[in-house]
Amino acid sequence: MEGSVAYENDLNLEATELRLGLPGTDEREEQTVSNVRNNKRPLQVADEECGANGKSNTQNETAPHAKAQIVGWPPIRSYRKNNFQPKKSECEGPGIYVKVSMDGAAYLRKIDLKVYTGYPELLRALENMFKFTLGEYSDREGYKGSDYAPTYEDKDGDWMLVGDVPWEMFITSCNRLRIMKGSEARGLGCGV
Amino acid sequence: MRRNGAEDMSEDDERQQSPRSDLEFTSNKARYCKATGSASDHPDQVLENVLENVLHFLTSRRDRNSVSLVCKSWYRVEALTRSELFIGNCYAVSPGRATARFTRVRALHLKGKPRFADFNLMPPDWGAHFNPWLLAMAKPYPWLEKVYLKRMSVTNDDLATLAESFSGFKELVLVCCDGFGTNGLASFVSKCRQLRVLDLIESEVIHDGTDWISCFPQGESHLESLIFDCVEWPINFEALERLVARSPLLKKLRLNRYVSIGQLYRLMIQAPQLTHLGTGLFSPLEIAGQGDQELDYGTAFAACRSLVCLSGFREIIPDYLPAIYPVCANLTSLNFSYANINAEQLKPIISKCHKLRVFWVLDSICDEGLQAVAATCKELRELRVFPINAQEDIDSPVSEVGLQAISEGCQKLQSILYFCQRMTNEAVIAMSKNCPDLVVFRLCIMGRHKPDPVTGEPMDDGFGAIVMNCKKLTRLAVSGLLTDKAFEYIGKYGKLVRTLSVAFAGDSDMGLKYVLEGCSQLQKLEIRDSPFGDAALRSGLHHCYYMRFLWMSSCRLTRQGCQEIAHAMPRLVVEVIRSADMEMDDFVETLYMYRSLEGPRIDAPKYVTIL
Repeated sequence: MEGSVAYENDLNLEATELRLGLPGTDEREEQTVSNVRNNKRPLQVADEECGANGKSNTQNETAPHAKAQIVGWPPIRSYRKNNFQPKKSECEGPGIYVKVSMDGAAYLRKIDLKVYTGYPELLRALENMFKFTLGEYSDREGYKGSDYAPTYEDKDGDWMLVGDVPWEMFITSCNRLRIMKGSEARGLGCGV
Repeated sequence: MRRNGAEDMSEDDERQQSPRSDLEFTSNKARYCKATGSASDHPDQVLENVLENVLHFLTSRRDRNSVSLVCKSWYRVEALTRSELFIGNCYAVSPGRATARFTRVRALHLKGKPRFADFNLMPPDWGAHFNPWLLAMAKPYPWLEKVYLKRMSVTNDDLATLAESFSGFKELVLVCCDGFGTNGLASFVSKCRQLRVLDLIESEVIHDGTDWISCFPQGESHLESLIFDCVEWPINFEALERLVARSPLLKKLRLNRYVSIGQLYRLMIQAPQLTHLGTGLFSPLEIAGQGDQELDYGTAFAACRSLVCLSGFREIIPDYLPAIYPVCANLTSLNFSYANINAEQLKPIISKCHKLRVFWVLDSICDEGLQAVAATCKELRELRVFPINAQEDIDSPVSEVGLQAISEGCQKLQSILYFCQRMTNEAVIAMSKNCPDLVVFRLCIMGRHKPDPVTGEPMDDGFGAIVMNCKKLTRLAVSGLLTDKAFEYIGKYGKLVRTLSVAFAGDSDMGLKYVLEGCSQLQKLEIRDSPFGDAALRSGLHHCYYMRFLWMSSCRLTRQGCQEIAHAMPRLVVEVIRSADMEMDDFVETLYMYRSLEGPRIDAPKYVTIL
């Protein structure tokens, strides 16, 4: 194609990109976030996907990826995308290491919260690490369906249920994690 | 799957009315005696009997389709003798029509959604329900043994009904399916007493909480294959261990990530006859006091003398990799596509895999790892390189260097899927020349519209060389910066291409025209985000009846254009799909068009408009 030059890895791409759509209309930008765990298959990720359970939408962040993510590109099935923790060297800055204790386990573990992209990944990693299963999370009832509840100590020293606040807020306010078991766990999250 | 045998005959006689129900091959003379009286009266009948016996041996469905066109008599006999029914698009024909024509089917192979549905390009609940097929088959096919579904929606009830309706059911394979959960699996396995194969591949399984592994019937099992690596929930390991212990015929076992390496060891000792093994976690339990004694995994692998296919390796701790050394020399298939390992960790393994024919891997091994593959795996037929980091515009661990090396080292290559961030025309051209046996060439340069980084040119020449030099090519996926010229090459030289995938490519309608006019064997065309419009589609319409489907999303088709096409081609179903909350735009978001004998389907959700 005449006129194309070697691309640089920045937004210059937009200037020479083929545009679809009638002249004068805004190009609808299909924003989504890659590496989000999708058990459902939304066609587009709407703005309201921000929330307790997922990543924050890239278009609302001040430090987004260099390019908007496009739905279904690259063409990798979601279960392949969700299988890896990114290598630590790719994380910018130091990790956020917190201790994790589990009621009944012989010793504690330490994990780097920065390695995870959201709650589903973190919870699965905890399930794997300590060999237990959590129930389904809901706003009203916490983790229903199992004897365990993941909790964390926040900056005020209070023990909170994991999953209530947006992910970014969680990782900056979490001091340590504790997986509660038994009657204590069932008490947490029931009613308000 | 056996087509003849004494056991079949007695069952058939009870259930079926036709006197020609015996499937056993006998000489012609014996046949005259068995057929009820009419044989000697009508020479046509004799001919049909002979034909029936002959056609039992015809397995290729394409051959069968040709046979059925010869004359009415051949059509009839072919329909009677077809025992494996393949339906490439579940909406192309209704279940009733299929069961009416083919009355003695033992195996059904059914495909639903188009492939782009895997990449979130199709809203959920679009369709492709297994249920109507299941209900239609219960009476006509009491002897159904095998069902293979790809991209279909299957419910828990369907699974229960399947096991209940077909007493001799033996094999269920679900690939990229959804809609069912562990409850359905539990009902299915508990009722399916003759089960030999249960393969769940890349399917989404809902967690209902049921311990389905415990639901396999007691006593010796006939299981030959059990694949459940896609089930993302813990399973009852003790029950699995007992199941494996009582399955002496088990050859294929693929575990999910909830089985640790220590547990794998226990299973392998019970089943040294395995030929295909998918490990779960390739790391041990981590809690202290759980029997930390290091097991000799190498011995377990060495005991599996028949192992030819290895996969799994989730959350791998590379220190455990040497355990597989004993089996490397016999491996024909190795799937490391979940194993985050680098070149140094790969080399000691791959250098032993001289017989390898199929290799799936992550780009974490880098070009250096691919060079190691090229150095050893001279028998390689299929290579897939997946990205660890599926984003655009980041550094590329694999590149043209890796592709060049593979093309030089693995000249028997037939199929390649290669994800990368950068690629040159030179390397692609080299592959086209070094690997003349290529049947499948799928290159995904993840940055959209990326030209050749060395020359700055589009990737037209590279793909052009592929279609020109690889004379056996039937499947092609293109990427990178491509002009209409690339499509001109494809139309001109890609005469055998049946499947073509296009994304973010082309300049104008001419691109699509070249393809539709030139690729006479084209069956499946999937296009996204390319500037092709109504005129291009119109010009190639005559070809559309020969295609299984056409998918175009985020292109330049207008609703009016699609309407005209729907008018002009009554036997095509033209679906316009818009995402749930979208306003009606001037451009159609997604067009999915396919030939069908049935007209518009009745189960389309509201965001699908059938023109």
